[in-house]
Amino acid sequence: MTMMTKILHHPTDALLMDYAAGTLPEAFSLVLATHVSMCDECRARLSAYESVGGGLIDAMTAAPMDEDGFEDMLARIMGAPEPAAPKPRAMRQKGIFPGPLQDYVGGDVAAVRWRPVGMGVRQAILPTDRDATVRLLHIPAGCAVPDHGHRGTELTLVLQGAFRDEDGRFGPGDMEVATEEMEHTPVAEPGEDCICLAATDAPLKFRALLPRLAQPLLRI
Amino acid sequence: MTTDTQDADWTDALIRVRTDRDRAAFAGLFRHFAPRVKAFLMKSGASEALAEECTQDVMTTVWHKAHLFDPERASVATWVFTIARNRRIDALRKSRRPEPEDLTWGPEHEPDQAEALALQQESERLGKALAQLPEKQRDLIERAFYGERSHSEIAAETGLPLGTIKSRIRLALDRLRHELK
Repeated sequence: MTMMTKILHHPTDALLMDYAAGTLPEAFSLVLATHVSMCDECRARLSAYESVGGGLIDAMTAAPMDEDGFEDMLARIMGAPEPAAPKPRAMRQKGIFPGPLQDYVGGDVAAVRWRPVGMGVRQAILPTDRDATVRLLHIPAGCAVPDHGHRGTELTLVLQGAFRDEDGRFGPGDMEVATEEMEHTPVAEPGEDCICLAATDAPLKFRALLPRLAQPLLRI
Repeated sequence: MTTDTQDADWTDALIRVRTDRDRAAFAGLFRHFAPRVKAFLMKSGASEALAEECTQDVMTTVWHKAHLFDPERASVATWVFTIARNRRIDALRKSRRPEPEDLTWGPEHEPDQAEALALQQESERLGKALAQLPEKQRDLIERAFYGERSHSEIAAETGLPLGTIKSRIRLALDRLRHELK
């Protein structure tokens, strides 16, 4: 997937290293996989961290395998038919979602089952393990997402349109990493509705009273 | 087998597994990598029995997926690491790992041995740098890879000279993008 505009905001080294190490919650991994699909710079950074994993494997103090382990394994390999080639990944449909996101949605943006969350904002929570949650957000052009602080880490990746907040402008492919301390008010730019992929490892806490009351119901 | 050419030798062995289904080459890869993968899985919290079983799965995958190994983009150790990592997520964490879109060379692509060798050399250099890190820094990186810390704990600076290997990989990606056009 190639981008028309230059990506200015990238994941941190710590996040890329954890994604390379395979220790992130599934929800965060999905945001990283989607960003890397859009960004060759981060694809190269990710491979570099995977090379660190290779270096660690090479330097491990060996734990001896069972004596017959190799022969047993070889016998199993030879005794079983060559496994059928794994089902190739569904062909990526034309659209704004990179492959890994299409896998979770079951298609591109037209396949998303949106739910309104108030003030014109819509969301769709994607199924992942429970260590964190990830959702698609649809913010009408020119609208604000209610002011919210964070109890954990929040990753937001723009797929269409753009938003601005205290940290700058985020367009397609840009990823914002918001931490505990941060309170921000993202506002979608006028023109095109903004669609983002956002993952959190703790529930968002909205500042305004009403959205906070609605929070448990909406799973936001 | 001297240390200077070791990574290149593993590459040759894996290519023999791929093209000739060479069992002796596979046995050599198994002798080197299986006990290290097993140790890696045990450090990550697997019991010895589970680590043994998962390691056999990892090496079976090495045999079956040898055709997917790309020596212009990863060393054998790195490729084996990614298989072990994915097995760990599956077996130990009962979760899955969304993968980025694949970028694969077109059917016309002739593997470039000079590029592959340059990448193996960068990998070896990185391995040596990793070994020479101050213990505290090395420990932090190891714990990150064994999943023993929260993702906010790591310092921004790992002290790893990743720039050289990154630009080598970046070159491969640029050639690939050029070929895809």
